[in-house]
Amino acid sequence: MKRPEYKIAVVGNPNSGKTCLFNGLTGASQHVGNYPGVTVEFVSGESDFHGETVVITDLPGIYSMTAYSQEEIVSRDHILLQRPDLILNVVDASNLERNLYLTAQLVELNIPMVIALNMIDVADRKGIAIDCAVLSSIIGAEAVPTIASRKQGFDELKNACIRTIRAKKLPHPTEFPHELESVLPELEKAISGMKAIAGDPPARWTALKLLEDDQLVLEVVRQDNQWENISKALQKAKHQIEQHSHEDSPTAVAESRHAFAAGVIYTATQMSENARLMLSDRLDRFVCNRFLGPIILCAVVYSLFIFVFQISREINWIPLFNGARTSPTGLLELFFAGLNRFAGNVIELPWLKSLVCDGIISGVGSVMSFVPLIFFMFLFISALEDSGYIARVAFIMDRLLKTFGLQGKSILAMLISGGLGAGGCAVPGVMAARTLREEKDRLITILVAPFMNCGAKMPVYAMLIAAFFASAQGAMMFLLWMISWAFALGSAWVLRKTIIRGEQTPFVMELPVYHLPTLNGVLIDTWNRTYMYIKKAATVILAVNLILWALMYYPRYDVSPLEDSVKTAGNLFTSHTQSTPYAAIFTADELEKTVAFLKNHPIQIKKSVEGLPKTRQNFALELESYKRGDKVVNEAVAKAYVAYQEKITVLNNQAAQQQLRHSFAGMAGTFLTPVTSLAGFDWKENIALVGGLAAKEVVLGTLGTAYAMGESSEGDSSSISQRLAEDPGWGRARAFAMLVFVMAYAPCLVTLVTIKKETGKWRWAIFSAVYSTVLAFIAAVLIYQIGSIF
Amino acid sequence: MTLADMEEGSNAVVVRIKGDSAIKRRLMDMGITRGAVIKVERYAPLYDPIAIKVKGYSLALRVAEGQMIEVEMAK
Repeated sequence: MKRPEYKIAVVGNPNSGKTCLFNGLTGASQHVGNYPGVTVEFVSGESDFHGETVVITDLPGIYSMTAYSQEEIVSRDHILLQRPDLILNVVDASNLERNLYLTAQLVELNIPMVIALNMIDVADRKGIAIDCAVLSSIIGAEAVPTIASRKQGFDELKNACIRTIRAKKLPHPTEFPHELESVLPELEKAISGMKAIAGDPPARWTALKLLEDDQLVLEVVRQDNQWENISKALQKAKHQIEQHSHEDSPTAVAESRHAFAAGVIYTATQMSENARLMLSDRLDRFVCNRFLGPIILCAVVYSLFIFVFQISREINWIPLFNGARTSPTGLLELFFAGLNRFAGNVIELPWLKSLVCDGIISGVGSVMSFVPLIFFMFLFISALEDSGYIARVAFIMDRLLKTFGLQGKSILAMLISGGLGAGGCAVPGVMAARTLREEKDRLITILVAPFMNCGAKMPVYAMLIAAFFASAQGAMMFLLWMISWAFALGSAWVLRKTIIRGEQTPFVMELPVYHLPTLNGVLIDTWNRTYMYIKKAATVILAVNLILWALMYYPRYDVSPLEDSVKTAGNLFTSHTQSTPYAAIFTADELEKTVAFLKNHPIQIKKSVEGLPKTRQNFALELESYKRGDKVVNEAVAKAYVAYQEKITVLNNQAAQQQLRHSFAGMAGTFLTPVTSLAGFDWKENIALVGGLAAKEVVLGTLGTAYAMGESSEGDSSSISQRLAEDPGWGRARAFAMLVFVMAYAPCLVTLVTIKKETGKWRWAIFSAVYSTVLAFIAAVLIYQIGSIF
Repeated sequence: MTLADMEEGSNAVVVRIKGDSAIKRRLMDMGITRGAVIKVERYAPLYDPIAIKVKGYSLALRVAEGQMIEVEMAK
């Protein structure tokens, strides 16, 4: 039989090293979860405490147990409803007084408790000596000194936990001053008459919550048929308290708890006289300095960018089998390209081939290619968060962003999304908004961050700027950067004034002591976040990608005239090769195989082959030389082959264009033309922009197909660029309108899914898509109409 | 006077917190209660928010919140 598991809840202030301690106790056996309806995450993991299996849950960091923030409500509900066997209260020993304020509230829940006096080394350096025995006896819970980052004190902590759980030892209730204690019994008596509230908390706890004007508890108690009695007792108690303390009852309760904490400090700790000025305070003199602060901030953010984008995309540091090197993103792209080629060769059915290659593999591939970027971004951010620097960033930037209804910490999400104007990605950007604790500020940040110029918009910018603004490329990029910030800050301001109205949440934020992030903690945090992205994004995105694929693939359009032309071209080419050594590989039957061979195996020399393969190999070599411009023996064949290939490329591109035009997506594009022509877009742009909803990278490729240029890739945008520049229907007004539209319209699917995940509601993802598209369209129409006048 | 009127580097004692219950509660939860000693460490580059030391730790709050905290200069 399986032995019973003990449930432990880890509770503590933010920055108390709570998560670090949790990671140390559970190792890698963790899973991340969300409470239904809220975006607050909790992590739980299993561990072995000297032979006992325990399930540990790391609750969000909180300063208090009121009902004002999601984190506090989640923690409270977890403790009341899950009834853990033990509360492990992690306390920052170097900041004991404020931490004990929470402890004073935890003891009221009547659950066995152990206190981890964490960061005891920092307390030591600060000159604080704590008498654990005295502290334990006052609170009625064992107190164990720990240094979580070095796993010190863990054995003793585990022992204390098991001892306390087995003995079911409850902490002492906090003793309040007389004016409070004297009113509590009567109130408790009135409460004990009512039906149990969820989780069955002690009557004293409920009484205190009522005195604190806790809205959630009040709501429940109001429903009870004893409400009249309780209400009377409550009014009386409140009145008495106000008489005595000259403050309302919530203030009196809070002050009493602080007094308790101060009392504990006075009895159980000693401050040494010659405490040194903390390194942290000395660092802050530079980091938060009026002049140096912003400069340091720029340097840190800039290096974040360089680090993250270089290591995940730009620098080719992963060696491949063939001796070349690639980046992590490149590696994934190579892998999926290879998979695509493999599937393309294996699958015969045209529709199935397209479904697997264009629908599934490209879809999954586009999601997966973000993974390295997200991983490294979070690695850096987790480390920065851990170190305490993010709080300083918020401190420096807050005033500027407050003007637009944002707050200090928003800056991080904006910069990661591409706020520096040199690439970025809204997916990790939206996820980075998690560091904002204020709900409304966070929502606005999430909604405006996608306006930034992410890396995927860059190829489209590059193509259009090269075609129409070649003389002022730098200036155009700068202009686009300015416009993106104007859009983001402007909409933040409007959102704050309209849909997400409300007084700005008070900005009261701890500036935690700096410390070195632990590699273990940073890696676990990074992996958890990355994994959540992969799991959630891959499922939803795959589904929507399939829909988009079907919209572009169906209904099938009859392109047989073009196919006939391809055949004719083939026959013509074959006739040119009759009397040459290569006749055998260019017969009507063998032509297709040869073309496939030349595409897939360029000049691969195998000595052992004979017959047709040998001939193909020889021709491949000769073709290669011909393309390089060397003199070859059978020049006529090579020349005819190149011409033939060019011809069928054009035909295939035309077929793809026709198919696209007559697909559902093409019909939609055509259908939208009356509206979009106001901004200068015809069906070709429409369809590319619809495709861009999946990922903005797709815009350029689809535009290529729509203009019958083939799927031009990122590296090869010059052909489509040239094509547009020569098109009499295109001009600067149309190009500029297109640029601004691509910048501002609906975030890509991956971002939308992330927005849903981060806000917990599809409503906000849909809202984001709609409002940004409307805004983008209005801007594009204005630009096109005004631009067309000149 | 209020916390927002204090000079960088000066000390004061909290006398009273004005304002609605939610903000007041938030400030109290962070250790700003009657009798608490506060030191203004520095103002941010644009003179808002304010970084203070209270109960031995550093806290940042906006000028708007600072104006709700009545203080008396320490001797």
